[in-house]
Amino acid sequence: MALAENKKEPEAHIIDVRHVSKWFGEKQVLNDVNLYVRKGEFVTILGPSGCGKTTLLRILAGFHMATEGEILLEGKDIAQTPPYKRPMNTVFQRYALFPHLNVYDNVAFGLKLRKMDSKEMDAAVRKALKMVGMTDYEERDVNSLSGGQQQRVAIARAIVNKPQVLLLDEPLAALDLKMRKDMQLELKDMHKTLGITFIYVTHDQEEALTLSDTIVVMNEGVIQQIGTPTDIYNEPKNCFVADFIGESNILEGTMLKDCLVRFMDKEFNCVDTGFDENEPVDVVLRPEDIYIMQRNELAEQFHGIVQSCIFKGVHYEMIVLTPDGYEIMIQDYNSFEPGTDVSLIVKPADIHVMKKERLCNTIEATVVDSDHIEMLGEKFQILPTDIEPGTEVLAEVGFDKIDLTDYQEDGTADGDVRLIIYKGNHYHLTIATDEGPYLYVDTTDVWDDGDLVGINIKPEDIRIKVKD
Amino acid sequence: MNKIIRYFSKRSSWSLPYFIFLLLFVVLPLLLIVLYAFRDNQGHFTVDNFVKFVTQKEALNTFIYSVGIAMVTTILCILFGYPAAYILSNSEFNKSKTTVLLFILPMWVNFLIRTLATVTLFDITGLPLGQGALMFGLAYDFLPFMIYPIYNTMMKIDKSLIEAAQDLGASRAKVFTKVIFPLSLPGVLSGVLMVFLPTISTFAISELLTMNDIQLFGSVIQTYIMQSDTMNYGAALSLIMLLIIGITSLFTGGDAENESPGLI
Repeated sequence: MALAENKKEPEAHIIDVRHVSKWFGEKQVLNDVNLYVRKGEFVTILGPSGCGKTTLLRILAGFHMATEGEILLEGKDIAQTPPYKRPMNTVFQRYALFPHLNVYDNVAFGLKLRKMDSKEMDAAVRKALKMVGMTDYEERDVNSLSGGQQQRVAIARAIVNKPQVLLLDEPLAALDLKMRKDMQLELKDMHKTLGITFIYVTHDQEEALTLSDTIVVMNEGVIQQIGTPTDIYNEPKNCFVADFIGESNILEGTMLKDCLVRFMDKEFNCVDTGFDENEPVDVVLRPEDIYIMQRNELAEQFHGIVQSCIFKGVHYEMIVLTPDGYEIMIQDYNSFEPGTDVSLIVKPADIHVMKKERLCNTIEATVVDSDHIEMLGEKFQILPTDIEPGTEVLAEVGFDKIDLTDYQEDGTADGDVRLIIYKGNHYHLTIATDEGPYLYVDTTDVWDDGDLVGINIKPEDIRIKVKD
Repeated sequence: MNKIIRYFSKRSSWSLPYFIFLLLFVVLPLLLIVLYAFRDNQGHFTVDNFVKFVTQKEALNTFIYSVGIAMVTTILCILFGYPAAYILSNSEFNKSKTTVLLFILPMWVNFLIRTLATVTLFDITGLPLGQGALMFGLAYDFLPFMIYPIYNTMMKIDKSLIEAAQDLGASRAKVFTKVIFPLSLPGVLSGVLMVFLPTISTFAISELLTMNDIQLFGSVIQTYIMQSDTMNYGAALSLIMLLIIGITSLFTGGDAENESPGLI
């Protein structure tokens, strides 16, 4: 799977999602989603809660209608097809087993509706139950089963219908860790044996990496990246993906020229090309890719003092503070006591450079009078301007020029913190304003996800540009 | 003094007033009914009152007739109440809670007032009072008691079960017959208990709506109890009715309790 634009063999696609947007009232939950799924593929839609992944799955299942765009199944538009006519079955997060039926009748539910011959049905039900390891449970009341057993029955109930596509909505989320790991392997085996296309929704990045052929990373209703698990892990497209998948150090940098990047006030050789000279970039260093050793000035690229060292089972996780004030996370099999002076090395191939999505906030605004503009639904003071009142303009504000307050009343506008990315020596926050547009803020203050904040911007920090 | 304070600060002693209330107003009257039922006019022990019920056809017939009327009323309530509850619980048809309130509203008005209003309604429209009016009146009076438990049970059905059924290939009609209907049965059962049992013992409604023409079992008991010489027979009839109601609730009650639907 990849973006629909670069499709190669359209005949092999079982599902095409084209320009799908979904609004619930005033709130947009999906924004121009494009993807395709190949026949027999295991695709995972991954993202934090509220990113629209479940909505996308429910649109595929037919429980929601897309506000815009089309859904193709083997090339045919199925937007108007009701759920009961779609050759897909869903495994629900909270199982949704019928409490008035026993295990056997739950599994046979779909087959009975299709008026299948009873001998054939019996064989199919038993085969499905065997596949999920629930033989001998036929007569059991579903309420007497454990969570794991209920989920197995729910899976059997779906696969017994031999759907073309199996949709799984966080099926393992309610299970404990050990059970989840076992079920992951079983699901992967099942996928191989059945040859059915699986579309799997989860917020668990490890689960996604373990199970999938292809991962679709979503955030705030927008697809962030589509790729194989290794692509997503090694070549994240933006800070969100780098931060969401695995642990990472994300740092501000500048691409001096091809294969030479500057970050933490030092120059590093890397393997990335195709950037403008002196283009600002984000640099990702995976904590396991940084070599740590006792201080040796001759062999080091940079150095620092170990701040903390935590044993994580397989490895130790250490935070090292460099003399320039950057905090770097490092994972290594060897431990270094806090206070140790250490040298650090990172190989050029392990430095991943990402294009910045934006260099400052650009907000749509309207000039009110000579020293006010209206943006984010509020009036902001600006330096005197001679632009005609009523003109639509773009206001540019630097990431570090936005002041956040604890109390929403203290701000000119207000919003809530949606995403926090630590960049070694400061936080990069995404703030959703009440009016809709996102603001991006660099700050050294500690905020939590979901905090309600007031937003203030000084007049001299707002640059006005007339729209073309 | 300390002992008294300690006694009253114990939580279990707070139940004392309720205990006394129950003793005086529930247990004692019941015992009196039993006592009177097994005595004759002179106060001697006897089982004649019960023999009379079985041998004298009059009271027995009224009882069977009352059960019949109660059954018809219950069936009418299910026929009208079930679709109403279904529509109320379905967010597609019913966008606001106001409609639910409108259906429940009659429960706030006293039985007698509603019955008198029904009588007036029949008078105005020129329809005759009698058995038809009685069944209409009973169904009208008890309908909310059928709708509410069914509505409650339906509201509690997990919406994902309906989606799961659709997902497995069930059309709208099949979703109803295979999922919603079987899962709403505990509510129906609860509604039946709340309609059927009170209808057997009702008396004012039957008197008003049939101009005293038709007597239900409740009226018969009332007539006997009001006369001092037949009071013991009336007590025996009350006891018989209580036993029958008790046995019926035992049969149906167990299941209804598990599913905890509706009002009780």
